[in-house]
Amino acid sequence: MNDIMQAPTIEYGTLAPMLLVFGAAVLGVLVEAFAPRYLRKVMQVPLTLVSLGGAFALVLVQVIMRGAPTEAVAMGAVAVDGPALFIWGVILVLSFVCVLLVNDEGHFVASAAAVPGSADEEEAEAAGSGHTEIYPLLLFAVGGMMLFPAAHDLLTMFVGLEVMSLPLYLMCGLARRRRLLSQEASMKYFLLGAFSSAFFLYGTAMLYGYAGTVSLPGINKALAGGALLDPLLLIGFAMLGVGLLFKIGAAPFQAWKPDVYQGAPTPITALMASGTLVAAMGAVLRVFWVGLGNLDWNWRPVMWAVAALTMIVGAVLAITQTDIKRMLAYSSIAHAGFLLIGVMATFDKSQQNAGSLSAILFYLLVYSFTTVGAFAIVTMVRDPGGEAGHLSRWAGLGKRSPVLAGVFAFFLLAFAGIPLTSGFFGKYAVFAAALASGSESGDSLGGWMTGLVVLGVVASAVAAFFYVRVIVLMFFSEPAADGPSIAEPSMGTVAVIAVAALVTVGVGLFPQPMLDVAHQAAANLFIR
Amino acid sequence: MTAHYLVLSGLLFAIGAMGVLIRRNAIVVFMCVELMLNACNLAFVTFARQNGNLEGQIIAFFVMVVAAAEVVVGLAIIVTIFRTRRSASVDDANLLKY
Repeated sequence: MNDIMQAPTIEYGTLAPMLLVFGAAVLGVLVEAFAPRYLRKVMQVPLTLVSLGGAFALVLVQVIMRGAPTEAVAMGAVAVDGPALFIWGVILVLSFVCVLLVNDEGHFVASAAAVPGSADEEEAEAAGSGHTEIYPLLLFAVGGMMLFPAAHDLLTMFVGLEVMSLPLYLMCGLARRRRLLSQEASMKYFLLGAFSSAFFLYGTAMLYGYAGTVSLPGINKALAGGALLDPLLLIGFAMLGVGLLFKIGAAPFQAWKPDVYQGAPTPITALMASGTLVAAMGAVLRVFWVGLGNLDWNWRPVMWAVAALTMIVGAVLAITQTDIKRMLAYSSIAHAGFLLIGVMATFDKSQQNAGSLSAILFYLLVYSFTTVGAFAIVTMVRDPGGEAGHLSRWAGLGKRSPVLAGVFAFFLLAFAGIPLTSGFFGKYAVFAAALASGSESGDSLGGWMTGLVVLGVVASAVAAFFYVRVIVLMFFSEPAADGPSIAEPSMGTVAVIAVAALVTVGVGLFPQPMLDVAHQAAANLFIR
Repeated sequence: MTAHYLVLSGLLFAIGAMGVLIRRNAIVVFMCVELMLNACNLAFVTFARQNGNLEGQIIAFFVMVVAAAEVVVGLAIIVTIFRTRRSASVDDANLLKY
């Protein structure tokens, strides 16, 4: 320990997109502290949009000018590799789109601290329009979403997980209407989220005890030479898995998802259903492929069971739902199951692994855009007391507002994976990769993978049933006399729905350019 | 002789996890989560000693900061719901189901 301590090196250029988002978030906090109330919204909205757009431009510059780095940056703490850059790009576009939804009047409470129905609340209501703190909170959450899947060691991943989750817990409780539901969702999400991240952390501690390091490649190296039935390793791997699977909402850790999706303000639900799922899926891939890659014979059977259960629970329970947001939440659970099939499709040869990885990235892209579009439409169908959540209120929507119902029906068909929508190619890519991994090894694994794909197809068929049921309800039943009104959409909401529909149609008709991008991002796999 | 510390850490974690599952007051549930995080810290520090490197001790500091941030967010949420409902019981908040 005699040598002089070296200052750590930070590659600011490579990390610039993430730093820009965090920097803008800090600036947003300063605006909240010092700007007068009437100026806050005017300053926050451009700041948020410009920083998210700028970060996306920086990602593009990085990809075009320099390509993806081949070494982990920031002293091995963050890996900005091809998949991470792809995920960053997707998250930044999605969050930009979600900000346009957040921006609409009337979604957020004027003063979260005021008791509903009290004089305090009326006063806050009269004084201004909603919390502008939502913008810096959202930026912090987006920054966390970028750090979470790019983390190269488990400590950075834990910090990313918390930076992503803590603002989301708060934002869930800020709905203007149905405050009790919103606050309840917030508390449930917080308590369960904190519980699961404690599991993640204890798993990290056990793996640190096993490997002597928390860096993902370090753990994998220790696995290559070490005992594979060490209790520390098995406990650590199981607990880490609990923490990660909770975040993507895989069964049996899916219970929070319908409650939180229903109670949260719909723009925040859109952000969680798209951005959080993409980020958490990236982290799952990195942990299981990079950190526990040499342990795949141990985790694959567990993952098989989780994927099967997730698809079944998601598809079957969605049928019984009567609330549109809860139904979309269960559909999101089922989709997490389809994605987990892809996680299992690993091979001995890296080129084939790149195929599976690009399939998952492509699926994430198409699914998340369609989801944001669907939730944007949910914000527009309103009852006097807020959004018309109950499915019976959607009856006959096709006769009152054919365009809106038509676009929504189209999104539902994309969720179901009907050809000529983007959802079809997403599912096809993942299932094909899983089948290829089955036929590759030839032994018992092949049968198991084929079985899982068959189960996936059956679950898709069950899921298609309830999507089609909503379409039938919208177009073939009589509208109620006191049916919900269709809110006059703002420019932002129209833009969101247009972008989502464009991606869903465009990728559905011409999937090749997007597939190429996903393939290039996945070509060199993760940095190890 | 680090085994004792690990057993203690495991016990603390188990007590915390049981508390989350069986206690009904949101504040107590939240304290049990904090107990689980502290059990993690004990495990990290023990393993740092066992492995002979400093990583685990540094991680413990990070965890403390994260736990502090979590307290801020958690208490805000629980206090808000208490003011609305006059109750911090996790059983009373039962509007969202099925």
